[in-house]
Formats: sequence, structure tokens, C-alpha cells
Amino acid sequence: MTEVKTAPTDSRLNRAAGSTASYVDERTSIGAFTKFIARKIFPDHWSFMLGEIALYSFVVLLLSGVILTAFFVPSMDIVEYEGEFAQLKGLEMSRAFESTVHMSFEVPGGLLMRQIHHWAALIFTASIVTHMARIFFTGAFRKPRELNWLVGFTLMILSLAAGFTGYSLPDDVLSGNGLRIIDGVIKSIPLAGSYISYGLFGGEFPGEALIPRMFTAHILLIPALILGLIALHLFLVFLHKHTQYPGGGRTDKNVVGLPLFPVYMAKAGGFFFVVFGVIALLAAVFQINPVWNYGPYDPSPVSAGTQPDWYMLFIDGALRIMPGNFEYVIGGFTLSLNVLIPAVVLPGLFFGVLALYPWIEAWATGDRGEKHVLDRPRNAPTRTALGVALITFYVVLVLEGSNDIVASLFSLSINDLTLMFRITVIVLPILAFIIAKRLAMGLQRKDRELVLHGHETGRIVRFDNGEYIEVHEPLTEQERWVRVSYDALKPRELAPELNDRGVRRKGYRWDRFKAAWSRFYFEDRVEPVTPAELKAAEEHHAHELESGKKAAPEDPAIHP
Amino acid sequence: MSTDNVNHQGGAVDEEFTDPGVPADHRPRRADVDPKAANRAERQVAAMFGLSVLGTVIAIAAYVMSDVGGDNIAGVQNSTMLMGLGLFLAMIGIGTGAIHWAKTLMRDHDMVEERHELRSSDEARAGAVDNLKEGAKDSGIGVGRRGLLKGSLVTALAIAPLSVLVPAIGNLGGDWNVSKFRHTMWKQGVRLAKDPDGSLIKASDVTIGSVFHVIPDGLTELEHHQLEEKAKAVVLLIRMSPDDLNVQPGREDWSFDGIVAYSKICTHVGCPVALYEQQTHHLLCPCHQSTFDVANGAKVVFGPAKRALPQLPIAVDDEGYIIAKDDFNEPIGPSYWERLK
Ligand code: HEM
Ligand code: FES
Repeated sequence: MTEVKTAPTDSRLNRAAGSTASYVDERTSIGAFTKFIARKIFPDHWSFMLGEIALYSFVVLLLSGVILTAFFVPSMDIVEYEGEFAQLKGLEMSRAFESTVHMSFEVPGGLLMRQIHHWAALIFTASIVTHMARIFFTGAFRKPRELNWLVGFTLMILSLAAGFTGYSLPDDVLSGNGLRIIDGVIKSIPLAGSYISYGLFGGEFPGEALIPRMFTAHILLIPALILGLIALHLFLVFLHKHTQYPGGGRTDKNVVGLPLFPVYMAKAGGFFFVVFGVIALLAAVFQINPVWNYGPYDPSPVSAGTQPDWYMLFIDGALRIMPGNFEYVIGGFTLSLNVLIPAVVLPGLFFGVLALYPWIEAWATGDRGEKHVLDRPRNAPTRTALGVALITFYVVLVLEGSNDIVASLFSLSINDLTLMFRITVIVLPILAFIIAKRLAMGLQRKDRELVLHGHETGRIVRFDNGEYIEVHEPLTEQERWVRVSYDALKPRELAPELNDRGVRRKGYRWDRFKAAWSRFYFEDRVEPVTPAELKAAEEHHAHELESGKKAAPEDPAIHP
Repeated sequence: MSTDNVNHQGGAVDEEFTDPGVPADHRPRRADVDPKAANRAERQVAAMFGLSVLGTVIAIAAYVMSDVGGDNIAGVQNSTMLMGLGLFLAMIGIGTGAIHWAKTLMRDHDMVEERHELRSSDEARAGAVDNLKEGAKDSGIGVGRRGLLKGSLVTALAIAPLSVLVPAIGNLGGDWNVSKFRHTMWKQGVRLAKDPDGSLIKASDVTIGSVFHVIPDGLTELEHHQLEEKAKAVVLLIRMSPDDLNVQPGREDWSFDGIVAYSKICTHVGCPVALYEQQTHHLLCPCHQSTFDVANGAKVVFGPAKRALPQLPIAVDDEGYIIAKDDFNEPIGPSYWERLK
């Protein structure tokens, strides 16, 4: 119906576009690239939008950040406040704090930009973490995407660094105390701690160097790294072609979906504006980080019940949960394990396991092939349970990081809560592992039931002999394929210890470890229904109906 | 129809189900079959884009009318909200319009694209190795005799960054005088002053149960490093009934008639310890809830800190003002490796 409107004007437009394209192509061979890219296929699923949210909120961060740099003064020089906000009149503060207040109250739209920037940062970090969870639970990190997982992991760490440095720039009491905590953590590092702290702050805490230094990191170093790594990340997504969920016709050798142009250009492009819009709405309606209420940094005051941004809470929780007895003096040197373990060792292990997870799992599977069809989380019960256990561990630390709020919410004593969390942080992840694994396998069994016996229809048939049975409707081929087309991996075989010459072979111990690790993953498993089982089940149904004498002829569950 | 994979003829059954292929039954959307519905969808999309234009107008109007400056917080907040809502409409209009367009009018049935293994073909790999070998030959590296060349290049490359890094890192810490951590402004005779106004404190001002946030007299006059000195020197001055105070051995003359002074900087990771509970004489650090018992040498009774808060020895001078008798006898604040050296 649109053809009617096109004809004359459009063709002139087309000619102009054509000659522009030709001009550019003769100088860049962009034609070949366009041919390659325009109709590239992308599969569709809501969970694939999480990475996009991260990308778009990063763009919003760049846009709003550029505007903020026009007004923010990254200086720790002390000035007396002479601005318009009465509550602060005459107070001494750094220029960083003063310029933040100035841009909030005296620059039209300045407060909006600050709030957009902060909300975008929260959404950026949150979407990265959920995106990562999506990659984890669907097994999208398997070959050939292990390296892209590492790129993504680095982006996640950089996003935390970006968030923390940005949060600290306004030099208010809240962020200043956060920095002091970081200073204390750094000082606990054996041998070098004092020197790292002294180097970072350019002298004693708080010094006059930190804000300018963090400013450079926050607006130049970290965003440049993020930008470069995002480019690499997306290049690899294109190179690998996106994974797809299991379904009819979707294999490890193809990709099924819709073309980049026009469908994804419209959907993804449109989605950018939706993300921007939602961030603008949050920023318009919900005040965030009102630094003028906290006041400029001063090493003396502190208020209870204040919180760092959400992504830092788990470290705070780890610091809170640790009993204080673990500080030792060895040969006159002080070793503060009560700080080192929660704030350095534990995050190191946590992030280390995450970074290396693709290889950790590959020890168990021993699988060498490319995996482009995603796992439904239930079909990888041990991985899913490990993920749930890690998340549980993380959430307990986050809750402990807001234990004062949790305590007052449930009117508990903070101390009791901390004591409880000290146990919970170990017990709950183990429980969560066991429960999640059972749940996943339960869902697999339910899938088997469905495949074997079909959907319940709620239709009851009464037999001549008075017996009732419910009519089941068999699954369509497509429905069935989703439920049977997965690999129930078996534990790896362990080759014998001695080779044919009776000598212990090299690498045996490592193999033995991998075999044990593999048993941990795949000992318990639910196999998909085989055609033979389905046939047997169908024959059984038919038999049941026949012996009931009144086989309802229209009943589709019955195959004579 | 649902048992196609089960081989009925021979009685034998396949090992595995076969892939039914990409679903063929594509249900057309209203706009695919009904030109009226398509026109309607087109109008809806255009309306959303129109909404965006309206949003832009609102945002600009809000900017022009914005009432900032002055002590008018409500005005700032209103213009922030209006501008933000305008921006929201401007963005969401484009976004929903484009997505609605894609969903109603653009192709919606799947296409298939082949994947190719990422591994390069054997020829390509062999070619790569050959090229590298040839290149290496051209450079002369391939030859054993060139060990010196390789070794010296690797060494030079490995240590060259130090020429930049050493000065760069060397300058970061200025004088690198970490022994400053050890000392504060307090010394014999320095009077205790109130934070933040700097007024002096007489022993008679300090009633039982009261708490003073204290800085050393003279801090506010410092030309340089005021914050650094304050960060180390802040003290809490607390008076309790002398009967409640359990004076620590060796510190009999560090307090005065139930008045004690302790460093305000938590020995965990350095937050100011600020919450005092009169009944229990407990001081709570709000950061990670380390709890110190002021009646008992400010020892830790709960939480992640290990060490007691350092005590500032105090006395009263001739004019009745409280003074320090010395600096702290240990570094204040969080632990560090060489704090006892
Ligand atoms: C700045 C942060 C990040 C941005 C902007 C980003 C962006 C994206 C986008 C747009 C996609 C394609 C759509 C999708 O599958 O969601 C993607 C895919 C992917 N991302 Fe990220 N990502 C980020 C962080 C991460 C992290 C933290 C990880 C994991 C450690 C990760 C691992 C992956 C992998 C393996 C894929 C391929 C997924 C597939 O083909 O199924 N990314 N990323
Ligand atoms: S800083 Fe006081 S408890 Fe951690």
C-alpha cells in the first residue's frame, strides 16, 4: 500500500543517496561491508536485550558525563561557600564539592544531568551483572566465546571502577568516608600497603591529589578502556554470530532469526531511546545523591544508615561480617587478616572464579566442539546450582552490607543479625546449591513427563468399567524438540594410570582431578526421552484405553 | 502426526529424535493481511514520533523557563522534573515508535544463516606458519647465531617501560614519608578544642554522660594540611562517673576525674567512630559496627576491629582547660604492616 506514495520524490532522494553511497564506497569499499552486515541474522529473545541495556546506558553515561565535565572542577583546594544554597553558606569545602553544588542549583538542567548520570551508572552496573548472569546460566560462555567472556568480565570490573571513581568525585562526607575505608583496606596489604596508600593519595589521607587523579581515571582512562573493550566485545559477537535458544531448526551450524536491517536496526535502535527515556524518567522523578544534604568532606562527622552505591555493598558486607580476632603481629609486623580476607582475598577469589569459569567447567565436560545452541538452565543442573550458590553468597554479603537497615526493618539487634549472617553466609549457599540442583532436575523430569504423556487437557473420560482417566494431548513436534534436544553429559572416563609399559603416565593426577570434577557435575543427570521410550509410553496409553473398552476415537492421545 | 520420528514400519525405533526444522506455520499479523490495519499501525507509529517532538518542545520550554539560582530548591526541583519528563517523552516516543514499527510492519518470520567453524582452514594455517617462517628468515631471527639479537631485544623491551614508570610512580607519593602516619598534632600542653568551632574545653564544662567531638587547639589556624592533621587528630572526650571507669593499668594518670579521651578513628579501616551509648559506655562505629567499651580502655566488644581505640593522655592546666599530656603512644586508625616498627 505504500508504493503509491513513493514514486517521484523518492526517486530523486534515491539518486542522491545512491551517488553519496558511491562516493563513499569508492573511497572506503564500504559496499562490501554493507553487503556483509545488512542482512546478518540475529536471534530474538528478551534476555539478549540485557547486553544492549548495558551498551545504551554506557552511551547515556558518555553523553551526560561530557556535560558534567563542563561544570565540575576537579580540585581539592579549599574555598568558602558563597553560592546560593543557604544551608552551606560560609562553610569550607573543596572546589570539587562547591562546583557540584553550583551545577545542581545554579546551572539550569545541571541537576537533571547529574541525576541522569548517576541513574545511568546504576543501570549500567545492574545490567552488566544481569547480562553476565544470562551468559552464565545459558552457557553462552562455552567455546568459542570463552575469550569474549573474559572481555566481558574485564568490562564488569571496569564498570565497578568507573562507578566508584565517579561516586567519589563530588568530595562529600559520604564518598569521603568510602575513600577512607578504601585507604584502610589498602593499608592492610602486607609490606607495600602504606606505600600504596601514600602513592595513591599523594601523601597522607585525604591529601590534595586524589580528586584530580580520580578525575583523570574517571573521565579518560576508564571510559577509553571500556569503549575499546566494548568495540572488541561486539566485534566478537558479530564474528561468532549470536547464540540461539534451542528450538526447531536451530543447530550449532546455523543461526535463525531476523535480519539486522531493517528489523534489528529498528528494534535495537528504538530500544536505545527507550533506555534513555527510562533513565530520564528516573532522573526526573527520583532524587539521587543529594550531596548538599550530606555536606562537604570532613574527616570528623559520619552518619549512620548511609549506604554506598549498590555494587559496592558486598565488600562492605564482607568487612562487616568478619570477626575481628584475625589480626596478628608477626616478628613486629602487623598482619590484618580481619581486613585483608574480606576486602582483598575474598573479592579476589570471587572474581577469579568468575573470570575463569569457562575453563573450570570445560575441565568437567572435556567438550571440544563449538556450542551455539544455548542451554536451558535446567539442562545444566550443576552449573545452574553453582550460579545460584554464588548469587546467594553475594546476596547475603549485600544484606550484611545493609545490616543496619535490615535490622531496623525487622527490629532485630544488629549484632544478632551479624552473628546469624556469619553462619548463613556459609550454610545458605550450600543449601541453595542443593535446592537449585534438585529444582533443575525436577524440571527436567517434568519435561520428560510432558514429552511422554502430553499436556493435561482437563478433559475426563469415563470408561465402561467405571474408571476415569484424563485425556492428555501430545506435544507438537516443536514443543517436543525443545525438551529432548539436549545432551545429558556423562562424567569423563579416566584413562588407566599405567601405560602399556606399566609406567605411570604423565598427567595422570590432573586427569584424575578432572574426572572427579566431572563426576561432581554429571554424576546425577536426567536423560532426555528417547524415541523408544516415547513409543513405549504411547503403546501403554493405547493399551490403557483399550482395556478400558471405550477408546474415545477422537482422542488424539491414542495412536493405534 | 506427532510420532513421525518413531519408525513404525520395521518396529525398530530411531536412536534420537530428528529436528523438526524451523516452524513453517507462520501466523500472519493483522497488518500483514488487512491494509486498514497496516495503515492504522503506520498512524500509530507516526503519533509516537509526534509525541517525541512534543517532548522536545517541553524540555526546551522547561529549560527556558527554569527558575534556578537563588535559594529556591523547589524551583530547581520543578524545572529538573519538567525538563526530565520532556526528555523522557522525546526519547520514549522515538523508541516505542521504532519498535512498534518493527513489530507491526516489518518482517516477522525467521530467516536462517549458516555458521562456519571459526578455526581457519588447514591451508590458511599452513600458509600463516609459512609466512611467519619466511618473515623470521628475512629478519635473521630463525638462525641460531642470532641469540644475542633476540636476547638483547627482549631485555630492552622488557625494561624500557621502567624509564617512564619509575619517575611516574616515584612522583606519586611526593616525599614518601610514611612515618607521618605515626604522629599527630597532639603533644604535651596542647589544649582540647571543640570540633568544628575551635572553642576550648574546661573540665567543668564536661558533665557526666556528655561527649565532646574534639580537635587540637590550633588546628583551624594551620596553613597547610589541615584535613590531613584533622583526619588523624580527632578525639572523643567522654565523662563518666569515676566508679564506672575501669582505668587501665599503666594509664592511671591519663584520665581526669572520669574524663577520658580516645581517638575517634576506628582501628578497623578508619571511619570516624561517632555513636556513643551512655548506659553501656559503648562507642559504635557506624561503618562496620565495631563496638568499643569506653569504660574498659575502649577495647573491642563486637565487630571486625581487633584493637582498642588509642587513648590520648589528658590533664587539666592551671586555667582549668583540658590539655593533652602527650601524643598518642601508638599510631591511630587502621593497622598497617609496619605500624609497630
Ligand atoms: C560494558 C559491559 C558490557 C556490554 C556493553 C556488553 C554488551 C553486549 C551485547 C550488546 C551483546 C549482544 C547481546 C546479548 O547477548 O546480550 C553481548 C554479548 C555477550 N556478552 Fe556482553 N556486554 C558487557 C559485559 C559482559 C560481561 C560482564 C560478560 C561476562 C563476563 C559478557 C559476556 C558476553 C558474551 C559471552 C556474549 C555473547 C553472547 C551470545 O552470543 O549469546 N559481557 N554483550
Ligand atoms: S571502620 Fe569502624 S568498623 Fe569498620
